[in-house]
Amino acid sequence: MINDFFEEALFSGAALTLLAYELGLLLKRRFRSAIFNPILIAVICVIALLKLLNIEYSSYESGAKYISYLLTPATVCLALPLYEELKLLKDNLAAVACGILSGILSGMAGVFLLCKIFRLSHTQYVTLLPKSVTTAIGMGISEELGGTVTITVAVIIITGIFGNIFADFIFSALKIKEPVAKGIALGTCSHAIGTARAMELGEAEGAMSSLAIAVAGMLTVVLAPIFSGLPL
Amino acid sequence: MKYLRQLTIILFISFVGEIMNQLIPLPVPAGIYGLLILLLSLSSGILKTSQIRETALFLVEIMPVMFVPAAVGLMNAENELSGMLTALIVMIPVTTTIGIAAAGLVTQFVIRRKK
Repeated sequence: MINDFFEEALFSGAALTLLAYELGLLLKRRFRSAIFNPILIAVICVIALLKLLNIEYSSYESGAKYISYLLTPATVCLALPLYEELKLLKDNLAAVACGILSGILSGMAGVFLLCKIFRLSHTQYVTLLPKSVTTAIGMGISEELGGTVTITVAVIIITGIFGNIFADFIFSALKIKEPVAKGIALGTCSHAIGTARAMELGEAEGAMSSLAIAVAGMLTVVLAPIFSGLPL
Repeated sequence: MKYLRQLTIILFISFVGEIMNQLIPLPVPAGIYGLLILLLSLSSGILKTSQIRETALFLVEIMPVMFVPAAVGLMNAENELSGMLTALIVMIPVTTTIGIAAAGLVTQFVIRRKK
């Protein structure tokens, strides 16, 4: 019965999502710790509630998908912060290019080595290869190389949340202080979810992170097939 | 009518991005084509930032929420993930940390060398 309600009342899924996110924001303000990440808290709360009330994911999603519907126009709009920091990009072009490339190559090399260590199959390897790029690009790469797309999506989202939460620790441990470097690292390795954190850090970080999503995504389209050909 | 016009421009660019996504046989999503179109339109002067600003900033601000529904979908992926769970628990933190460290350190190194 409650499944029917969630399917018919289309705003139930959307309202639940937004309320859970507000709760996440509240906890973050209260405790000021990166672990209280609004996305993570919202996801945990919604899953807990759905499990508790025995609501199917599909019933929840029939309303909540209208929130995700805005993802394409929102991605388009990342061009605005990028445009406003275009001079910063021009001044740091070489650094940005080297940074994005080293982020992608080291990330994929890491996936390759760990797949070898854990003796994963080639299918599992290519499923994980696009884990750092934005969801839509990653799905396409995984499909093309013969991976399991649903797992790729799950791993991409977890990677994004990990970067969003832990990037600050990595930056302070390694004394990464340049705003451009922080933005490039977040966008290259944890796509749009990492960019959400970069936007909070500052305008330069947000702009560079937006740029890195697009550039890293397209470079991965080119480079992932080469990595896929490596003998596992 | 300002917001309606801004939304119209943004959705129209998204639509053009979707056409490109359909026509070009690459796994590049509509949003990325749209981002490039908007960037080119702004830098060539076809569009002014004032024609999209408020609506664009609103959409960027609420972007994190848009990932929640897909992430909740993880509740159905338990079976698929279980076969490689140990590998994933190691792999995601390790490779993401390596990537962030490499990208951040290299970018910073090149910036500071120039100065």
